[in-house]
Amino acid sequence: MTTQAAPRPRLHYARRKAMNGLMWVFAVLAVLLAVLPLALVLTYVIIQGASAINWDFFTKLPKPVGETGGGAANALLGSLIIVGLASAFGLPIGILGGIYLAEFGNNRFAFTVRFAADVLAGVPAIVIGIFIWALVVIPMHGNSALAGGVALGVMMVPTVMRTTEELVRLVPRSLREASLALGASHWRTVLSIVLPAARGGVITGILLAIARIAGEAAPLLFTAGWSSYWSARLAGQPVPSLPILIFQYASSPYEDWHRLAWGSALVLVVLMLLLSAAARYVTRGKLRLVR
Amino acid sequence: MLRTEVPDRAQTDPPSERPPKIEVSRLSFFYGRTQALHDISLTIRERQITALIGPSGCGKSTFLRTLNRMNDVIEGARAEGSVTMDGAEILSPTVDVVALRRRVGMVFQRANPFPMSIFDNVAYGPRIHGLAGGSDLEGLVEESLTRAALWEEVKDKLRESAFGLSGGQQQRLCIARLLAVGPEVVLMDEPCSALDPISTLRIEELMHELQRRYTIVIVTHNMQQAARVSQETGFFLSGELIEVGPSAKVFTEPVDKRTEDYITGRFG
Repeated sequence: MTTQAAPRPRLHYARRKAMNGLMWVFAVLAVLLAVLPLALVLTYVIIQGASAINWDFFTKLPKPVGETGGGAANALLGSLIIVGLASAFGLPIGILGGIYLAEFGNNRFAFTVRFAADVLAGVPAIVIGIFIWALVVIPMHGNSALAGGVALGVMMVPTVMRTTEELVRLVPRSLREASLALGASHWRTVLSIVLPAARGGVITGILLAIARIAGEAAPLLFTAGWSSYWSARLAGQPVPSLPILIFQYASSPYEDWHRLAWGSALVLVVLMLLLSAAARYVTRGKLRLVR
Repeated sequence: MLRTEVPDRAQTDPPSERPPKIEVSRLSFFYGRTQALHDISLTIRERQITALIGPSGCGKSTFLRTLNRMNDVIEGARAEGSVTMDGAEILSPTVDVVALRRRVGMVFQRANPFPMSIFDNVAYGPRIHGLAGGSDLEGLVEESLTRAALWEEVKDKLRESAFGLSGGQQQRLCIARLLAVGPEVVLMDEPCSALDPISTLRIEELMHELQRRYTIVIVTHNMQQAARVSQETGFFLSGELIEVGPSAKVFTEPVDKRTEDYITGRFG
């Protein structure tokens, strides 16, 4: 009996091993296919953009048609202002909302908020642009950094809120109970114990949200607008930004403007890589939290 | 000092004559529709150790957590009956839970130090209650750590993370942390179940010290421990208090057959 049965398991083993190898190959192929576009985009942007990156790019205004040289300094500054404003609007709402959902969110209202946030996260960026155009741009009679900031801020809220909620929930109950048992109030416990424990993850969420909105063009089209001059005012005049610069200049017929657009694309991509890397760095080993 | 010194009566009074600190009368407790405690009546006397024993899920932890209203955190939890401390009802919704928890501290099953330095762990309570600042705070931290028998081991690394301590040290740190807010009652929920025998011994010695100043209620699975440290013992089974009395009596001549079966290891 036993001597006859012996070869069969060995055959099974060979088949299992072959199947395992085959599946491994498929998995690796899938990974390569997924990474390939990213690699192509990166190399292409680097090849095209590197030639545009020089000191002038970061310090000078775009030159009018016909003149060579010039830079995208105004768009860089504009992007910084808009993203700064967006963070000022979006982060407090997102973080406080996330804390609310995690700490007090076992009711119908919180369920609705959570659902609304998920829907908002899926709303096309251009729709948010139109919405803010109607809400801010029309009453204020024109494009402004403020309107662009509000539009991007609205886009930040759902991501920041949901990541904050998830990470605050991850903080072990034993820590909250330790604080409550010492006679700390609920808000004190959240502020002194829960938030610091969740800090790494929340910062990661914030960085990723900023990285995501910094490259958005659609919500800025009607809100921040475009200008080829300096603009550091919050309201009353349109503000240039890197994504809109790419949109405007890439569709123009001028070689020099194309070059600026590629340069801006490279700056945006590098900025995003840096933010993602920073997010990684902040979270390294932190998601385990304490116990 | 901020704490009022209490006369060291614990050494002289026989257990039954010590004044009651907490009186529980006809306490029932529900998690939603499940009843976890049935009609518990029990007197916890001042400055002595009351041990609660019983098999897992018998309600002794739930009982302990009603004494400082920690069950309030759990949704759908509800208590009926009466629990008074120094004559004042603590179950009523108008009770200031924050003030109550300052008077009734709790040590948990697993040491749960905050992710901060040893000093900040102990200073957390005094800071949130505005009890002390500056050098007063340092004095209070030292005193609390000394009372928790941890000062000698940590005095040179107060600024280091509390996670660098051993399990037993962490548990004593948690005790120091709660002593720093000046409680009257200390609830201990299986404080040694995650510790090795030597650390357990140290905690037991510490409890013996603390009993001079504080009223202690300890939940434990370890019957030898209950017999060693406590003056009175209550036996819980399926949410009922089966028997309560002086520990020497409960462990040597229990009245109820079920208590006898449990302490002789026939079940649980």
